[in-house]
Amino acid sequence: MTTISLKDVKKSYGNLRVIHGVSVDIHDSEFIVVVGPSGCGKSTLLRMIAGLEDISEGEVCIDGKVVNHLEPMDRNIAMVFQNYALYPHMSVFDNIAYSLKIAKTSKAEIKQRVQETAELLQLGDYLDRKPRQLSGGQRQRVAMGRAIVRRPSVFLFDEPLSNLDAKLRVQMRLEIKRLQRQLGITSVFVTHDQVEAMTLGDKLMVLNDGRVEQFGTPVELYQKPRSIFVAQFIGSPSMNIVPVSEGHRLPNGAVVDHAVPKPQHTGELSLGIRPEHIDIEPASDVRFLIEMAEQLGANTLIHGVLEGSSAPLVVSLPGLHTLESLDASIGLRFQPENCHWFDTATGDRL
Amino acid sequence: MAGMVERNGAGTIISHVGLIFGIAIVCFPIYLAIVASTVEQKDIVSPPLPLLPGGHFIENYKKALLSGVNIPVWRMLVNSTIMAMGIAIGKIVISLLSAFAIVYFRFPLRTFFFWMIFLTLMLPVEVRIVPTFEVIANFGMLNSYTGLILPLIASATATFLFRQFFMTVPDEIAEAARVDGAKPMRFFFDILLPMSRTNIAALFVILFIYGWNQYLWPLLITTDPEMNTIVMGIKQMFPSGDDLADWPVIMATALLAMLPPVLVVVFMQNLFIKGLVDAEK
Ligand SMILES: Nc1ncnc2c1ncn2[C@@H]1O[C@H](COP(=O)(O)OP(=O)(O)O)[C@@H](O)[C@H]1O
Ligand SMILES: [Mg+2]
Repeated sequence: MTTISLKDVKKSYGNLRVIHGVSVDIHDSEFIVVVGPSGCGKSTLLRMIAGLEDISEGEVCIDGKVVNHLEPMDRNIAMVFQNYALYPHMSVFDNIAYSLKIAKTSKAEIKQRVQETAELLQLGDYLDRKPRQLSGGQRQRVAMGRAIVRRPSVFLFDEPLSNLDAKLRVQMRLEIKRLQRQLGITSVFVTHDQVEAMTLGDKLMVLNDGRVEQFGTPVELYQKPRSIFVAQFIGSPSMNIVPVSEGHRLPNGAVVDHAVPKPQHTGELSLGIRPEHIDIEPASDVRFLIEMAEQLGANTLIHGVLEGSSAPLVVSLPGLHTLESLDASIGLRFQPENCHWFDTATGDRL
Repeated sequence: MAGMVERNGAGTIISHVGLIFGIAIVCFPIYLAIVASTVEQKDIVSPPLPLLPGGHFIENYKKALLSGVNIPVWRMLVNSTIMAMGIAIGKIVISLLSAFAIVYFRFPLRTFFFWMIFLTLMLPVEVRIVPTFEVIANFGMLNSYTGLILPLIASATATFLFRQFFMTVPDEIAEAARVDGAKPMRFFFDILLPMSRTNIAALFVILFIYGWNQYLWPLLITTDPEMNTIVMGIKQMFPSGDDLADWPVIMATALLAMLPPVLVVVFMQNLFIKGLVDAEK
């Protein structure tokens, strides 16, 4: 049973503030993914939870206890690092056993627990090897083993999959998810990859420039992004953001379909629509000039502009299409229930 | 291997002749010393110089080792070994610890201390020899191993080497150890030290030879022949006044003086080449 709560946590390096007050409650056994572009402060936040970085302001609580001044060891956390950070001169066994040795666990118990962990991660045959004799995926597993063997109350992951090739990444992703479920350990996982975030997290925290843009389940973030930033960051391909002027006109002058609910709002508006929520409707006066088609297999991404303007748009059509099989200019319909409205100036959802 | 100059018959012969000639020039004096250590005194003082080894090898070396001129050579060898080992190990221990402090700890005046260590690079033993002598004399450390070793033990060069090495160790490794619960000294002994072992081996060779070859300092602070080191001891073997130098014994001593550094190089080279190969696999 472990909960984590951050209370207005801030971090500054000298005069440079990199975390601007993050507050969040993480429940027992939850898998939280912190996602955001590179340099937004994900690692810094994670390292403050770990105890590797001082907390400038605010409180980090684990199980209701303020741990601001506790060493990582005394917070009972385990961390998996991006570059694995295995001890190069130690065998896999010793790497996994190191924390137990420090904790003065008996030899017999160390042996038993390391073996158990190795089995769980299919590392049984590699216990005598040195890290340099392992493949990337195996090293990743050793790093996981090192974290699991201690039976910590919190797992922290800092982009642990970013050094693996695409296929292995998907495989390890599933494995991490499975292990976390199986062990039921509260986890915080940092990544810049939104697909990883969507598939792994029970909840996602979207971080932008040291601020939480939104915290919620993957579905919430996908369906109700709270800002243009989240809207464009979550989902692949990312959401189209189209400026809409007075009278709900698109940049090319076409009036957006009347069924699209329009908010009562003065000031500049932006319409957000995901590529998969746009249909072809030959009769529509929202005309789309096709420039390029990317065939992904199950669907095709069509890149182009709204006819009569330079506003780019991406449309995802099910099935396979080519430039030749489509007209150069097609009519589009935005699914009204999937339109998002944003204030252009603040980026906030309306 | 790419980039290697193409081999052809004439080139190979010329380069081999050149190399052999160079080796011959370097080795000839050593060969002469070997010859001189196997003949009798009278063969050396009457020209021509013998060019072939004589039959007194065992006799000369026995005399050198067991009685020497002022003091048996075995005694000087022991002294030199203690001093060279003391200097090499002491330098390594101290520089490992100071590099560890400089790289991994934030303490007040850290940069100041760093530059102070840097400054001592500019002060070799010879420059500070008078005040150092004064200090050692006042502490009553003349004619002692402590006096021989202590003033030579601090090493800015080795500290720098280890500092550079420690800075290449990823921060994440130190952090992983911290998360695993290792306190700083535990991290130092369990992780940093084993990771530095090839550097330590290489440095040991260099520092052992440095210590072994010390001349001026032992000359100053050892007045008792019992404490002579071999490198300075050879010089002491030359008689003052009209006596004849006992060349065969002196040559035998010189060759014996060369032996330990050679052994250290040969033995340690194996060890650290193994380390290097291991690390690259
Ligand atoms: N030790 C440090 N000193 C100064 N600035 C730092 C330090 N560590 C990180 N930063 C800054 O903090 C910001 C967030 O860094 P980080 O948490 O590593 O980002 P992320 O992991 O999201 O890529 C970056 O702009 C980075 O330059
Ligand atoms: Mg990072």
